Formats: sequence, structure tokens, C-alpha cells
Amino acid sequence: MLDDFLVRAALAGLGVGLAAAPLGCLVVWRRMAYFGDATAHAAILGVALSLAFDMSIFTGVLVVALSMALLVSTLSGRGYAMDTLLGVMAHSAIAFGLVAVSFVSGVRIDLMAYLFGDILAVGKSDLVVIWGGAALVLGLLCWRWQALLTATLNPDLARASGIDPERERLVLTLALALVVAVAIKVVGTLLIAAMLLIPAAAARPFARTPEAMALIAAVFGAVSALGGLQASLWFDTPTGPSVVCLAALIFLAASLVDVLRRAAQGGRQAK
Amino acid sequence: MTALIELSGARAKLGGREVLSGVDMRLERGEIVTIVGPNGAGKSTLMRVIIGAVPLQGGRLTRAPGLRIGYVPQKLQIDPTLPLSVRRFLSLPVRVSDAAAAEALDHAGGAGLEDRQMADLSGGQFQRVLLARALLNRPDLLILDEATQGLDQPGSARFYRLIENLRQELGCAVLMVSHELHVVMAASDRVLCLNGHVCCEGTPEHVASAPEYRALFGSGTQGALALYRHQHDHEHGAGCDHDHDHAHHHHHEGETNA
Repeated sequence: MLDDFLVRAALAGLGVGLAAAPLGCLVVWRRMAYFGDATAHAAILGVALSLAFDMSIFTGVLVVALSMALLVSTLSGRGYAMDTLLGVMAHSAIAFGLVAVSFVSGVRIDLMAYLFGDILAVGKSDLVVIWGGAALVLGLLCWRWQALLTATLNPDLARASGIDPERERLVLTLALALVVAVAIKVVGTLLIAAMLLIPAAAARPFARTPEAMALIAAVFGAVSALGGLQASLWFDTPTGPSVVCLAALIFLAASLVDVLRRAAQGGRQAK
Repeated sequence: MTALIELSGARAKLGGREVLSGVDMRLERGEIVTIVGPNGAGKSTLMRVIIGAVPLQGGRLTRAPGLRIGYVPQKLQIDPTLPLSVRRFLSLPVRVSDAAAAEALDHAGGAGLEDRQMADLSGGQFQRVLLARALLNRPDLLILDEATQGLDQPGSARFYRLIENLRQELGCAVLMVSHELHVVMAASDRVLCLNGHVCCEGTPEHVASAPEYRALFGSGTQGALALYRHQHDHEHGAGCDHDHDHAHHHHHEGETNA
């Protein structure tokens, strides 16, 4: 079964969708959207370094994404507003990454694959990395969930309960770097943040608890991954972007449903 | 009996500025202590030192072993993207049973709010839910940082009566910060007037008449103070002399038992 490249692609997309969406909820709640972006964009630098030093792409990307996230965490609150800082870091990282890749001979052709992903080329060993990483991220989130949520609500509230909000942020940073490293093959560095944010945003109107939102987001993420793959076959479109397009359409539909529901409620109350 | 909290010579910084410069205080089991002080006096920083969110730059903080703190923050902004029911909020960070949640809500005067979304609560309901969550920890010490912000005066008066009742029922000590001097002072056993350090402390009546307190709160709070005294001292026309020499002749009452 795993010999079929479509099955491998579907499994890869599913793994990324399932892991990214719940993590994306935390990113959304903590208003860290650009943080995810900056981490993801740094991945291209990781690709360049991996190629230059002949390491696995996964290791290179993980190391660079993690360093980037830690650097941003350290620099934040030291004179620059967070959004400015993240803008500087994200775009510098991608620029330096692209320049660095150009120094490594013979990879110019492959660059598109890292920017937009190449899900149809996922091999068996990639699948192991993706599902291993996804399981690690989900495990990490489950283990720290209560503490992460409390720290997300209010750092002082967490402190008073004996939770160190800094440590929880580190856990989140680590999980983000992991997701970036496993998702690069599937959607590419430019669109990883989309897999984090869009399913989470689409899930919001249907959830009344944080867990429900994470679960619905995971379902939307999985549907986007599988549906996007199918759509890319039907319409002969690039797969990674197709996955993100489908996620965006789900978000649009969710927002419409929400608006209609509110209007109906408003109408009932007015009578 | 050991104190719940003891601070000696505590110094702390906030953004490079030293806001606490040598605070000495002691909190016993079961007492209600209010901290008053002008803006920037370090009231919130002192609370955050006690819960462990701000490190001390000098001095010492001793907590009773196994001290359980219930903390009600000054404000809690819940991002609109975070769906959170009251019931779910009460299970943070420790999951509690439905019965325990209902009991805590009942204690805090918010019975039946479980299924509401936090974002849909009124200011008063929100404060009660925050209080209920703090109670679930079975605290020895309840810390309230301007817990009545955004409540109208009858609302905050009710809230403080609730705190007093809770102290009697649960036997926990209460440490609170407030601007609403007359209401809060009436509900306190002891008042600390803070301005970087403890300027004066003692019973509400004592602090209200202390020159250090008058120097800090001189003109702006005459009305409130007069009202307070009228209700609790039967001493009319109080606080007309403006005493602005805020010298550091510390005025401690009942310090002998410390």
C-alpha cells in the first residue's frame, strides 16, 4: 500500500494536518501568528545549511527553526514591538536562506520544492519522520495542555498556581519548530503558517471549549490535506497550495455559517 | 504560629525602575489586609512578588511551607478566539469535579454560571467566576488585585461583603489591593499604606488618621474618607488639615506583635 505515491502523499498530508491544527489553536489564542511565520520562513535557511553540510533536511530545518524561535523570544520586549521584530526576522531569514542556497551548487532546481512543498515525492523514510514528528508534537501538547492553557490565559495566574509561563512558552516553541520541520516537505516553508492558522480560525465559531476547537481544527486540517490532494489531481494544480486553498474555502464557509447563525439568533431575539 | 507570608527588606524592580525599596510586612492566618497607595506605589508589584511572578532584587520572602494561594488578577483579558466556558475555566490548571465547581461558584455568588462563555459574562459575574476559581485551590491565602475594577459602588460593596463572609466560612487570609478606600478599609483588619515601602500600617482607623496616609491621599479623597469616617467612626468633619510633610518617621501601630 505504501508503494503507491498517492497513499504516501495522503498519509503525509494527514499527519501534518492533524499535528499542525491543534498547535495552531494555541498560536491563534496567544496571537503568535507571525511568530509561526517567522519560524517557518527560517526553515529555508535550514534547508541551505543542510545541503551545505550534508545533513538531513529535517535536522537542519529543526535546528534553524528552533534557533530562530528562541532568538525571537529572547529579543522580544527589548525595545522593538513584536510585529516589527518578527517582520525583520522572518524576511531576513528567507532572504539569507535564498542567498545561502545559491552558494550550494546544483540545488537551484529543487528550491521550489522547499518553498511550496513536494508532497507527491514523499518517500517511506519521510513518512516515518512526519508521523514521528506529528506524534511527538501531539504528545507534547497533550502532556502540557492544562499548563499551556493556563499560561495562555494569564502568566500571573499560571505563576500563582506554580506553573512557569516561560517554560510553557519554550514547550510551544519546540512544538512549532517540530511542525515546521515535518511540514516543509508537504506544504513548503511559505505555506506552513497557513496550515497552523487557517483550520484553527475556521474551527472557532463551532467550539465552546478549547479542546473542542483543537479537535475541530484537526478535522478541518485533515480534510484540507486529503481534499487538497484530491483536488490537485482533478485540476492538475500544485498540491501544497491546493491544500491551503481548500483550508481557506473551509474557513470562508465556516465564517458564512457563523454570520448566518448570528443573524438568525439576532432575528429571534428581536421578536 | 508562623506567618503565612513574611517579607523583610524586599526590593523589586519593574522595567528598570525600583518600585519596591525595602518592604517589610507580615501576614497572619485568617486576617484581611488591604494595601492602599498612590498610582505607581508598587501595589501590584508587591502582589506579583508574593505569587512569585517578580523576582526579588534584595531582601527576603518567606512563605509558610505548603502555602496554597488563590489569586484573583487585576484583569484577565480572554482573547476572543479562545472559546472558554465557565466550567472549563474552573478546571484550570487542575481538573475539578462538577460538584466541586458548582460548590465554588455557589460560594463566590455565581451559582449556575457553568455553561456560560467567559466572554459573555458581565463584569460582576466575571469577578465572581475568577474568585470561584481561586477558591477551588482551597487557599490559605486569597490575593485580590483590584478585584472590583469595573464594578459600580454597590457592586463592589457586595463583593467585599462576600470576601468577608468567605473568610469566615473558609478561614483563609485575604490580601487585597484597592483604590476604593472607604469600602475596602471598612472590610479590613489591617491596612498597609504603600509607597515604595510601607509608610504606615495598622487598623483602618489608625491609618486613616496617620499623617503619612494624609500626605499621600490628602486632597483627592477627602469625600471618601469623610464618608468612611462618618460610617465607622462617627467622627464628623474629618481630615481637614493638610499635612504634607511625608517624612520617613514611620508610624507603626501594634508592631510589637510582629
